[in-house]
Amino acid sequence: MYGKGLLKSLKVTWDRFWDTYTEDISWMLRGKKRYNTVEGVAHRSSKNTRGIFTVQYPEEQLIQPEESRFIPFLVFNEGADGKKEVLCTSCGICAKVCPPQCIWIVRSNDPVTGRPVPEPTEFYIDADICMNCGFCAEYCPFDAIKMDHDFAIASYGRNIYNMQKLLKPSSYYESIRPQNFKIEEEARKAKEAAKAAKAEAAASAPAA
Amino acid sequence: MATALQTSTVDLAARFPNKAAADTRPGFTGFIVNKENLIEVATAVRDEFGYDLLTAVTAVDYIAENKMEVVYHAYKTTGGPGLTFKVQAERVDPIEVPSLINIWAGADFQEREAWDLYGIKFTGHPDLRRILMWEGYEGHPLRKDWKEPFFEEEVKPFKSRWPEGKHTFAEQKNPYRDNLNFPKDFDPENFVVEKEEDLYASLERHTTKDIEGNMKTDHIVVNMGPHHPSTHGVLRVAVTLDGETIIGLKPVMGYLHRNHDKIGERNTYLQNIPYTDRLDYFNSMSNNFGYVTTVEKLMKIPVAERAEYIRVIMAELSRVQNHLIFIGMLMNDLGTMYTPSLYAFEERELILDIFEAVSGARMMCNYYRFGGVVRDIPDDVLQKIKDLVLERIPAKTDEMERFLNENEILVARLKGIHVLNAEDAIKFSVTGPVLRASGVPYDIRRADPYSIYDRFDFDVAVRHNGDMMDNYLIRFDEIRQSLRILEQAIKQMPQGPINSQKPAYQVRVPAGEAYGRIESPKGELGFYLVSNGKPNPYRYHVRPASFVNLTAVETMCKGAKIADFVALLAMLDIVMGELDR
Repeated sequence: MYGKGLLKSLKVTWDRFWDTYTEDISWMLRGKKRYNTVEGVAHRSSKNTRGIFTVQYPEEQLIQPEESRFIPFLVFNEGADGKKEVLCTSCGICAKVCPPQCIWIVRSNDPVTGRPVPEPTEFYIDADICMNCGFCAEYCPFDAIKMDHDFAIASYGRNIYNMQKLLKPSSYYESIRPQNFKIEEEARKAKEAAKAAKAEAAASAPAA
Repeated sequence: MATALQTSTVDLAARFPNKAAADTRPGFTGFIVNKENLIEVATAVRDEFGYDLLTAVTAVDYIAENKMEVVYHAYKTTGGPGLTFKVQAERVDPIEVPSLINIWAGADFQEREAWDLYGIKFTGHPDLRRILMWEGYEGHPLRKDWKEPFFEEEVKPFKSRWPEGKHTFAEQKNPYRDNLNFPKDFDPENFVVEKEEDLYASLERHTTKDIEGNMKTDHIVVNMGPHHPSTHGVLRVAVTLDGETIIGLKPVMGYLHRNHDKIGERNTYLQNIPYTDRLDYFNSMSNNFGYVTTVEKLMKIPVAERAEYIRVIMAELSRVQNHLIFIGMLMNDLGTMYTPSLYAFEERELILDIFEAVSGARMMCNYYRFGGVVRDIPDDVLQKIKDLVLERIPAKTDEMERFLNENEILVARLKGIHVLNAEDAIKFSVTGPVLRASGVPYDIRRADPYSIYDRFDFDVAVRHNGDMMDNYLIRFDEIRQSLRILEQAIKQMPQGPINSQKPAYQVRVPAGEAYGRIESPKGELGFYLVSNGKPNPYRYHVRPASFVNLTAVETMCKGAKIADFVALLAMLDIVMGELDR
């Protein structure tokens, strides 16, 4: 029969349309909110999602996975007297690995010894050129540069981020990437323990 | 089976003594053919040895040896490894090499590209115009002695970035504060595109006809694009029309050209991975796959077992979402705005959620590394992949088929509208679903298996009518086959490390050349790399499926109605990021 296929198509759209309402009603009967809640958004991005699918940004936001990556930032530890202990040693690996070459670092020398100061004097990222690839964070041997979760960074001007803008506390890093932070902390502790054990062994060796 | 196929027995040097010789440079393969005998040898390669599919034509500038080399990669549509042959010419203008367009019509655009970027004149090519650069352009940008406007250094990493941190912005150097430079005395007000006439001259010319004595008709030339909603980006097509029938057609491209190859030669090997994401931006996972496979070939390193499975899972998920998008956007092109395409986007979003969870980005994944992948799949994400692959996507694919396949309007628009027959498809080096829909069961995953595709049980989707309906339906077949592969890969995936190498930002690549190719969702995605042992590739060439498939567009559309052109173009599934590079 001519038109049967059309009716079949319409049935699919009708079912989809209807799904939205049955879904809403079932959430309502269960006393749950389908919109503007984390649970609702999570359900809408799961395999069971039915009916309307849209996440109403900015009222609602998709749940960002931990690995989600945007413009990098520099991590610092908060020292006892509120001093920022920057983890970066200005070794330059991030600047070397950066595909669009949007990182540049000023490393300065100690005026007394003439040797390089580990902490960078200046650190810039050209956020307009950065391609969010994540290589800098991946290859940094000191876990000093990490990828951010903040994506709402559109602006009218040129975005060149300096140290002031880039530095964020390690507590912030922990809050956006708890799993990674945990793994790195454990690795660091294990390394320190191994170092201490080695030092101890070295100290006790001549005695024996 | 795979091992039997992989032994090439063709010896061009023995067949053509004094005309061809084996390439003996360390790390190189194939044969160097004399320029004078190229046509003869190439004809034999096609007719005697049966290499009917010329997939890649590219050039390399060996400036130190004062030579230009043109490299050809030919394959058999029945499967097996390829045959590489090369022609060398003195690097003195005019550099002339005979055109192979009469043997393999698929050489057309690729020879034009080599002319454009390297300045190699292919004698006998009927329409040797610039293809990617603009008409008024001077010079050939891929030559090693050519420098871009704000040239900093030969290769990355640039020394200015560290430790002095001295850096001037490119835009500061330009009076217009824009990343451009113009030839001397360039006046945009009075610039006339002189070569524009050549474009129209390459179209079939027309004569005014009298119909029944008094009504005069004329053929008209219509420019579709570059800003046309149905050309999938900035593609322009000059069409000659007789009424509503297309009688001649030429695509004009390069509006999105950024000289990906040159950028790639400045980059280190690792730095190229995120750049390949930006080729076919729907399938960054596939692009990564193709590139790392090629570099691994050069480096001769193994891939971690678990990583192989992860790679296949990601590449196949990418294929699924690409085909869903194809179906959705085809409906858009046919005029059913939004409903089917948004249904397709829904499933795609769920797949992109997976990509984001494993790689950190939805589209620009940058997930593959030499020897493996960057990080393991977390357990919850693996569960999500299982849920999608085993439950949701099969059901939704069925729903999509119920929704569209019998719809009378759709069937009327697609059925019986001819796309390509098998001979033409092979002749024009068309690969991917378009080739398979015209009845050629050629799928690189089977024909020349890479990675671990020889371990999976799946069928090569093939359809035989070569009309639009078949081109459309084959996408559903491929989704189903991909789901089969995914199912097996998830089941078989072992535990273990995800990279066979230690993480290194500077990899050591021995001198030599490699051509790696994968079956991307759009067709054959090839990478040709030449290494001279330095940290940056000496030659980096991408053979994108979209670009080469477009060679056939004129043949496809001749005789069709202009209203069908949009749908025919959609069938090729072109992406401008890959086409223009």
